[in-house]
Amino acid sequence: MNKNTLLALGIVAAISFGSAGSALAAEAGPQPPRQKWTFSGPFGHYDKQQLQRGFKVYREVCQACHSLKLVAFRTLGQPGALGFSEGQIKALAAEYQINDGPNDSGEMFQRAGRPSDYFPPIFANEQAARATHNGALPVDLSVIAKARTYEVGFPGFLIDIVRQYQENGVDYLHALLTGYEEKAPAGETLTPNQFWNKYFPGHKISMRPPLEDKRVEYTDGSPQTVDQYARDVTAFLMWAAEPHLEARKRIGFQVMIFLIVFAGLAYFTKKKIWASAH
Amino acid sequence: MNGEQPTRRDFLYIATGAMGAVGAAAAAWPLIHQMNPDASVQALASTEVDLSPIKEGQIITVKWRGKPVFIAHRTKQEIEEARKTQLRELPDPVADDARVKKGKEQWLVLVGVCTHLGCVPLGHQGDYKGFFCPCHGSHYDTSGRIRKGPAPTNLEVPPYEFASDTMVRIG
Amino acid sequence: MSGSSNFKPKSAILQWTERRLPILGLMHSSFVAYPTPRNLNYWWTFGGILSFCLGVQIITGIVLAMHYTPTVAGAFDSVEHIMRDVNYGWLIRYVHANGASMFFIAVYIHIFRGLYYGSYKEPREILWILGVIIFLLMMATAFMGYVLPWGQMSFWGATVITNLFSAIPGIGPKVVEFLWGGYSVDQPTLQRFFSLHYLLPFMIAGVVVLHIWALHEVGQNNPAGIDVKSDKDTVPFTPYATAKDNFAMICFMIFFAWFVFYIPNYLGHADNYIPANPLQTPTHIVPEWYFLPFYAILRAIPSKLGGVIAMFGSIALLAFLPWLDRAKTRSAKYRPLFKQFFWVFVLCCIGLGWLGAKPAEGGYVIASRILTAYYFIHFLVILPLLSYYEKPSPLPASIADSVLGKQPAKA
Repeated sequence: MNKNTLLALGIVAAISFGSAGSALAAEAGPQPPRQKWTFSGPFGHYDKQQLQRGFKVYREVCQACHSLKLVAFRTLGQPGALGFSEGQIKALAAEYQINDGPNDSGEMFQRAGRPSDYFPPIFANEQAARATHNGALPVDLSVIAKARTYEVGFPGFLIDIVRQYQENGVDYLHALLTGYEEKAPAGETLTPNQFWNKYFPGHKISMRPPLEDKRVEYTDGSPQTVDQYARDVTAFLMWAAEPHLEARKRIGFQVMIFLIVFAGLAYFTKKKIWASAH
Repeated sequence: MNGEQPTRRDFLYIATGAMGAVGAAAAAWPLIHQMNPDASVQALASTEVDLSPIKEGQIITVKWRGKPVFIAHRTKQEIEEARKTQLRELPDPVADDARVKKGKEQWLVLVGVCTHLGCVPLGHQGDYKGFFCPCHGSHYDTSGRIRKGPAPTNLEVPPYEFASDTMVRIG
Repeated sequence: MSGSSNFKPKSAILQWTERRLPILGLMHSSFVAYPTPRNLNYWWTFGGILSFCLGVQIITGIVLAMHYTPTVAGAFDSVEHIMRDVNYGWLIRYVHANGASMFFIAVYIHIFRGLYYGSYKEPREILWILGVIIFLLMMATAFMGYVLPWGQMSFWGATVITNLFSAIPGIGPKVVEFLWGGYSVDQPTLQRFFSLHYLLPFMIAGVVVLHIWALHEVGQNNPAGIDVKSDKDTVPFTPYATAKDNFAMICFMIFFAWFVFYIPNYLGHADNYIPANPLQTPTHIVPEWYFLPFYAILRAIPSKLGGVIAMFGSIALLAFLPWLDRAKTRSAKYRPLFKQFFWVFVLCCIGLGWLGAKPAEGGYVIASRILTAYYFIHFLVILPLLSYYEKPSPLPASIADSVLGKQPAKA
């Protein structure tokens, strides 16, 4: 086979990947703009300050409706997380009431949370959640940053492989949180419980605009704007979805260096061996 | 081939082989380490037990880390017996004081697993009226110390503390 | 696996063992002394890479099964438990998930290499058919594995694919209920898929042994597509092929690691991070990338039964390839016309893959129909006709000649 073969097979593989990865969210409106994230790229890492701010936004805004049930309090302090101390985590966990039991008399009871507990559900069940939100279900946010994406056309999806760009989910979340419009464009009608969002697939979203300037108080001097809130809470949700991202990228770099050196040695070994065959 | 080449070639082969071995070992580690207790198991909640309903002379069993833990409310007589036992009579000599918390001598907290082969001993039984393991006949006294039978050591005392006078936290 | 060998171990203990169980001799004759054509190029390393892929999938899979819970209520959470709490669980799961894609990349390269160099031709028909069986088993395994995380794509993929069988006239609905163990994809389905997903790779390993056995019986094909004539045409497997395979495999690992460590979710669907919901279908149901060409064929046919037959037919057809292409010359290197049609066919498959990811509407449907028709025409019309009308270029006298550049003038 010749060079064309390589090229062609490369394209087969690439197109197939891309079309699979990008086939979703095709019905969305404008493509969410790409943002700069500290955790993108081969040396990506979380900004602890940002995660803490994002967590504050989650606690003061999102948590009213959205649970985080796959995340345990203890993980807030693990390496590559928010950097909370053991004491901080204990105090934080104790602010939550956890359903436990049954006790010796056979009844369930509430107790203060411990680090080993998970963020408790906000509603008893899906029906209860829908009943209080006009039929809409506030989804759990534990893996939301990986559960959303948008379509990247040709050739962008191929470039993303090389650039290691996998922040489509967070781009979308940030765009959604900042993408509310005052009212629907002419010709579109909204029910009283619907809102117009540029980036939501179908545009009619049941979540009221959650953020407004100065809603959450920042103590580190970061701007108290919708854009900054959206950015921070999205970063926090990325951490919630991928708590081992830092370890993954760090180990990945070590593995890459190792494999490249190993490949070099294997290449020269092969060359030496074959030298005697000609 | 000239005389210099073989050494360079040998070095190359050894280096490649060594890297292969290191790589294989590094790749094997995650596959082995995944069997160790994971983060959620390690962080497993400590168990809190309310002592107020336990009457004198009663032993209750609670679960901690998947294992039974005995909490015995010992009578004066049981404490007395445990204290007066001479250390030289014991196969695994430990004083009773060292197995309970000072000022709370009536509370004996033990991991309810026989140190022989892991069965659960029965309370208030055996030659020493402490614990008796029916599997292979190990007798423990009222301090949970081994006295007779195949078990090599005393019943283990788990880490615990009194959160209040009537509340104990194990683990 | 090429029969007896003259291998004689040095130590007395091994000689004693060898007289009773000649396993070292078997290893020696199969993987050391085994003569490989000296002109093999890097496309031939994908056989070894595929064995590596199978090994990786089996090992990581066994580990994942230690932590995974095959229940409707627990599957999704147990996968997240692996990702969050199990020591290196995230690594093992990402290797397994991306490993499936790597396996298919390698197998498609392997298949197209076989198509290009005529590796299916006499005397390698059985070898080729065993390969088609492995490919089918791989598809079944991958499909069932994708169901296990019990996300939205898992659930709806399982629903759509099992519903293919409802196209069988008369008994179709009964067959589907049988596959489900109920009236919809549910707990019994998940649990049996888990069991079978664990079983099938070992069946693949068994057929791989047969595949290698058949390979060593008839000997490897080579880029020149001519038979080995003398010892000068071959080199011993070890160290020559081993060193080459080794280098290629490490390069493949670099590619693999790129995905695992840097873009681990690139090849998956975001929707599969949404827990399965039997009451709501995602707007775009798309199979994993490696099924897309077949999915396009399925949707191209306007009849339900027809689509299913076309899809399975497109794979089954491969098994008959040795009898559809009767040309004596194996390698496309010496078949100028076949070579061009080969590349058109490759483009056709890429096109089908692209269309498989597009919604089934408008121009996409028409394009799918044209490419589906071409897919079948390639095998059923073009290849048989080429066998008669194509005039191959002259072949080199021997493999050694082709390596040393003593090629006859190109036609």
